[in-house]
Order: sequence, then C-alpha cells, then structure tokens
Amino acid sequence: MTAPRWLAALVAGTLFGLGLAWSTMIRPEIVIDFLLFRDLGLLLVLGGAVVVALACYQIAPRLLSKPLLGGTFAQRESVLDRRTIIGAALFGLGWGLCGVCPGPAIAGLGAGNWPLLIALVGIFLGAYLQGRYFPKN
Amino acid sequence: MIESFFPRGMAHYLIGGMLIGGGVGLLFVLRGLIGGTSTFFTSTLSYVVESPFFQQARFVGTRAWRAVYALGLVLGAALYLAVYGEPFQTGVAAWRLLLGGVLIGFGARLSNGCTAGHGICGLASLQWPSLLAVLTFLATAIGMAHLVQWAGGMP
Repeated sequence: MTAPRWLAALVAGTLFGLGLAWSTMIRPEIVIDFLLFRDLGLLLVLGGAVVVALACYQIAPRLLSKPLLGGTFAQRESVLDRRTIIGAALFGLGWGLCGVCPGPAIAGLGAGNWPLLIALVGIFLGAYLQGRYFPKN
Repeated sequence: MIESFFPRGMAHYLIGGMLIGGGVGLLFVLRGLIGGTSTFFTSTLSYVVESPFFQQARFVGTRAWRAVYALGLVLGAALYLAVYGEPFQTGVAAWRLLLGGVLIGFGARLSNGCTAGHGICGLASLQWPSLLAVLTFLATAIGMAHLVQWAGGMP
C-alpha cells in the first residue's frame, strides 16, 4: 500500500479524534451527564457527525466511480437479528456504567486521560470473549 | 429555554460532531472504507489470537489501516490538548471502567457496531437495523446510568 493511502487513514482518524476531544466526548462525565438528561450535547455531536458522514456516503459514490486514492466504495450492511439487538443492549449497559465507548477510549489517551487504559483493557477482553466463545462468521 | 438542555453551550458539540463526521467521510471519499471503531479491537487481536474466527479476512485484511486510524484518534486528541486544553482525568471508578469496558467490547462485537459503527456509519448508510441498535443501546445506557445514580455512584 502506498504512502498516501496510509496517510489518508491517519488524517481521517486524526479528524475523528480531534472531534471527540473538541466535543468533550472523551470525558466520561459528560457522556454520563447526557444519559442522566443533564446535558443533551451528545445528541448534537451525533447529529453533526451523521449529517456530514451521510453527505459523504451518499454523494461520493454518485460523483466518483471509485475512491480518490483507489479501491472501491464499501457499503455497510447492518443485519437485524438477535445478535445485533442483544449486543447493542449489552453495549449500552457498559456504556451507561462507565460513560466510555470505543472511539473515546482510544482517543482519550491522546489527551492524557490515562484511566481510560483500564477501559481499553476491558474492551479488548470483551472483544476476545465474543470472538472466542460467541463467534459467527 | 433551549439553553437549559445545553448548560455547557452548543457550539463545541456541533463543531466536534462535524469533525468526527468529517473524519469518517474523508476515509470514505479517499479510500472507500467504513470507519467504525469497535472492529479495531477484534482486528488487532487477530495479530495474536490464532483461532479461525479472528483469522477471517475481514479482520486480518483490515487490521493495518484500522490500527493507523486508531493511531490517528490518539493524535487528534493530542493535537486538541496541545492547542487548547488541559489534561483531564476521569474520576469514574476503575471497576466501572473495567466492567463497563468488557460489556462494551463484548456487546459491540456481538452487535457488529458501536456508537460509531451503528450510530454514525450505520445511520449515514441508511441502515435501519443500525437505528434499532442505536435506540436499544441508548435505552439500556440511560437505564444503567440512572441505576448507578440511584445506587449512589458518581458523578
């Protein structure tokens, strides 16, 4: 893979991480305040992110035959089954318990939020348990 | 009236959200990739776990760019810290971070998506199962947060 393609992934991730920090989503206390209806800011974060991503996802494949750096446009296909819903329910229980989700758990380290390392270890462990004991290809 | 729902203001939430969407969108426009974040954990485990589930192409074939993307997440937050911020450390108890983390990792991988994968990428792809997943995890998260508050947990 060529350097520009790596750089694209790095810059995209950097924008994502900058946004997580700017919106204070790397602070579990702010996320928990949303879940307790004290500050609904998280809805603005989600809304702002979805609108921009939606525009890119829907417009780019209509204007371009392939991505600017080559390859093909992938498509996310979510399936509706018990795993999707039960998994989401368990995910929410964890999210509500600690106020952390995967993106902020990673990004928070860049802002010196070291206790999030504990959450990262937990997420790796949970992902391992899923793949080891509840795999589905 | 509306200010009471946003005691810390609104602009930084909207700007941050649009930057997040910009990162996800840029990854798609430049490379055609769907940039959720929870797959990173399984794809990174594929470097060390030999079992067939972890060795699938969807993990082995994407683990390199997912690791670079994750490195970007760290860099982006570090950039923010360097320019604007002061370091902030959460006061959420370690056991909550660990147990919550296990549930997050297990649940997101079972569901094949998290707040980014279902919430941003799934909704932006107009995948209605993702909308149901989002509503489900919002409901259980709100319930759990209230339970913790009722039990006297902080904050």
